[in-house]
Amino acid sequence: MDTCKAETAATVDIRDRMNIVIVGSVDHGKSTLLGRLYADTGTLPEGKVEKIQAICKQQGKEFEYAFLFDAFLEEQQQGVTIDTARTFFQWAGRQYIIIDAPGHKEFLKNMISGAARAEAALLLIDALEGVKDQSKRHGLLLSMLGVKQVTVVVNKMDLVDYSQETFALIEKEYRAFLSQLDVTPQFVIPASAKRGDNIATPSPQMAWHTGPTVLESLAQFSSESEQAEQPLRFPLQDVYKFDARRILTGRIASGRLKVGDQVIFSPSNKSAVVQTLEAFNIEPPPTQAQAGQSVGITLDEQIFVERGEIVSHESSLPLVSTTFRANLFWLGRRPLDMDKSYLVRLATHEVECRVAAIHRIVDADNLSLDQHQTNTVVKRNEVADVTIQTKAPLAFDLYSDFETTGRFVLVDDYDVSGGGIITEMVADREETLRIEARQRDFAWVTGDVTLADRAKHYGHRAALVLLIGPDTTGKTFLAKKVESTLVAEGRHVYMLDPENLRRGLDADLQEGDAREMIRRYGEVARLLIDTGVLLISTTNSFRLPADQTVEAIRTLVHPAPVLTVYMSQETTPSPIEADLSFTGPEDFTSTAHAVLTALKEKGIIAETIGNQPVFQFSI
Amino acid sequence: MRHLRQLEDQSVYILREAYKHFDNLGMLWSMGKDSTVLLWLARKAFFGHVPFPLLHVDTSYKIPAMIEYRDRLAREWRLNLVVGQNKKALAEGMNHERGRVECCTALKTNGLKILLEEKGYTGIILGVRADEESTRAKERYFSPRDKNNDWDFRDQPPELWDQFKTSFPPNTHIRIHPLLDWTEINIWEYIKLENIPFMDLYLDKGNGTRYRSLGCAPCTFPIKSTASTVDEIIEELRATNVAERAGRAQDEGRGMEVLRKDGYM
Repeated sequence: MDTCKAETAATVDIRDRMNIVIVGSVDHGKSTLLGRLYADTGTLPEGKVEKIQAICKQQGKEFEYAFLFDAFLEEQQQGVTIDTARTFFQWAGRQYIIIDAPGHKEFLKNMISGAARAEAALLLIDALEGVKDQSKRHGLLLSMLGVKQVTVVVNKMDLVDYSQETFALIEKEYRAFLSQLDVTPQFVIPASAKRGDNIATPSPQMAWHTGPTVLESLAQFSSESEQAEQPLRFPLQDVYKFDARRILTGRIASGRLKVGDQVIFSPSNKSAVVQTLEAFNIEPPPTQAQAGQSVGITLDEQIFVERGEIVSHESSLPLVSTTFRANLFWLGRRPLDMDKSYLVRLATHEVECRVAAIHRIVDADNLSLDQHQTNTVVKRNEVADVTIQTKAPLAFDLYSDFETTGRFVLVDDYDVSGGGIITEMVADREETLRIEARQRDFAWVTGDVTLADRAKHYGHRAALVLLIGPDTTGKTFLAKKVESTLVAEGRHVYMLDPENLRRGLDADLQEGDAREMIRRYGEVARLLIDTGVLLISTTNSFRLPADQTVEAIRTLVHPAPVLTVYMSQETTPSPIEADLSFTGPEDFTSTAHAVLTALKEKGIIAETIGNQPVFQFSI
Repeated sequence: MRHLRQLEDQSVYILREAYKHFDNLGMLWSMGKDSTVLLWLARKAFFGHVPFPLLHVDTSYKIPAMIEYRDRLAREWRLNLVVGQNKKALAEGMNHERGRVECCTALKTNGLKILLEEKGYTGIILGVRADEESTRAKERYFSPRDKNNDWDFRDQPPELWDQFKTSFPPNTHIRIHPLLDWTEINIWEYIKLENIPFMDLYLDKGNGTRYRSLGCAPCTFPIKSTASTVDEIIEELRATNVAERAGRAQDEGRGMEVLRKDGYM
């Protein structure tokens, strides 16, 4: 819309700002309410009403306040809002962006885009039509999108003769619905946007209403965020090295961050001390920051961390798992399919995932009904209770505890196609090992030489190459070949054969203690990796399915890179998604070179000795 | 002031997302107050650096003082300035007398199109604001454009929380709008707060007029105003009910909807 200011607000300094969304079923009068609010507060640009009135006259239709904001020609012709508009409004020292969201079912993704930006909502219900499916759906989506402050406006009261009885029935029904979502509306206001009743001025027709007008109710929404008082969550956005400083950037999602804080990065379990807070054109530089701020920090040591990690204090860590349960709404053109893989984006972390289970499709009309369902897809505009499984461990929180790190979107191809909130962490098979690895890493004592120093010196990162596949496929032979080739180049490589642990470290174990054997192997590998060495190893000794073996080892050496190589006699498909696969190789020299190439491509070893390894994240 | 820092935090976040996800990124700079604030925000986001080129689509009809200002800041802030121009249309004598929408399409929309094709940018950062004009009110922060630069406003991607559309098919590009939530007053409040150098065409220098919005000389008209400081501009804006772009001729009728659908900024 055009820039304009309420005369009444002209002299008042702005104290804060807030985004409010107007939602509700189609034709319940959202755009009209918005138009009326602006008109009655003198917030419209000069001549705007007259201009629209003239167009209406010319086209032979009745003037409607809705036309003030439905900007597109098609919107005006069809009398329906297609896409969300931001409109600006200033009242009593607060700057509002009021987002007019479309109510038509077809434009639900636009409604959701509008509501996702809002801190509070006005939800409209038509007094004549009463509570519609879409009224409930919008209520449900508001609660999923994190809009906790809601005022309900029962509109078009003029069409029901301003009946208090009709109003009371709608209020009762909708309050009961919202209570199932744990939402208590701040106010329920009877109004007529068309006539201006209870919009900016109290209605003489409804003297029985003792609550505020719509305009007054806006001031009752709180813009004070409680997020600063929560434990720290700082999702890492990027790492910059434009000059001598290596700056880690991101936006603090909750809590506070101070210079001198010892912080933990999840899921990598790295830790460091915040040395400075960096800022441009701010003197003196800040020493602390809090929720909402986009900041940059430097650390006391140069640890490898990358976008996607969540920074927290050790006293309150995020959860880490590959599996979680969530309520999800789907907006994709194609249905959400259990057979497809998607990208999950949670704060700044992006990882491949699949939907492991669709427990039920949530019916907005019947929230509490826990019907037994067997669904394999979630269709567009449906809300579902699902379990999601990620390819690599993800740090997150429950939505009930943390907003930003408790919600995610799913990306299908190029498009953000759905969003959800996490309701439960599901412990996966590696949970116990992951907790062990976390505790061990937090307490890990290091010398003055960092992993980065070693990598620089050796020309490669510390990593693990795991050879998997049936017996007698030449895994040990290949391992030896890779080891000798790399050592000849001057790299620090060691073949760690699990057999060597069996008679010594594992001497007290029985054949059936496979999990414990893997655990001990993983801890030995972790130790060797900390020396900066590139390990190569076979896995047959463990006598467990390959996927279990690889996942357990990966969890223990995390976050060191693991390259998996599958070897087989004939073309049997690999039981896991291996990085490399070879069938009955005869020429082990070229196979070894293929492994070397993969290590280079992954940025684990530098092209030539003396060069720094090419890491896949910015340093 | 808190509201300005909130706006700043959001814009900085968007700029950093853009920088992370687009290898071939550019920022349009028209030297006006909005894109100059945007440039300043980039220096905030990247700690004094601007790690992508600043693109200026030169129609050749800009007010001369704007070009001097452009070159001075480019030097002082060590900017990578890229100037594009629709030379063919200019050689054929395009000007506003052939029609304002035609002229804007040829020199700005197509001028930008040529520049995008030439350099292969996949992400373009622009300083448009939602409060300027009603089709901009319906924009996303990350807004896709197809191979012809067209904006399909009927089917915009969902934008959830801070998760933006950062992947896109080949031959298309994304327009990034970090200033959508800023109002005209916020821009001036921020210029004051941060002490950002701006063009004095925005100020009255004694003849009772100033520019409220800057564009090409033939199509941009000064307003009657005696505001000669930033404070006076803010005061004036708080009291006015006249649209900001009232002095921009191409906005008349449905001009902007037509222009923007076809790739105008």
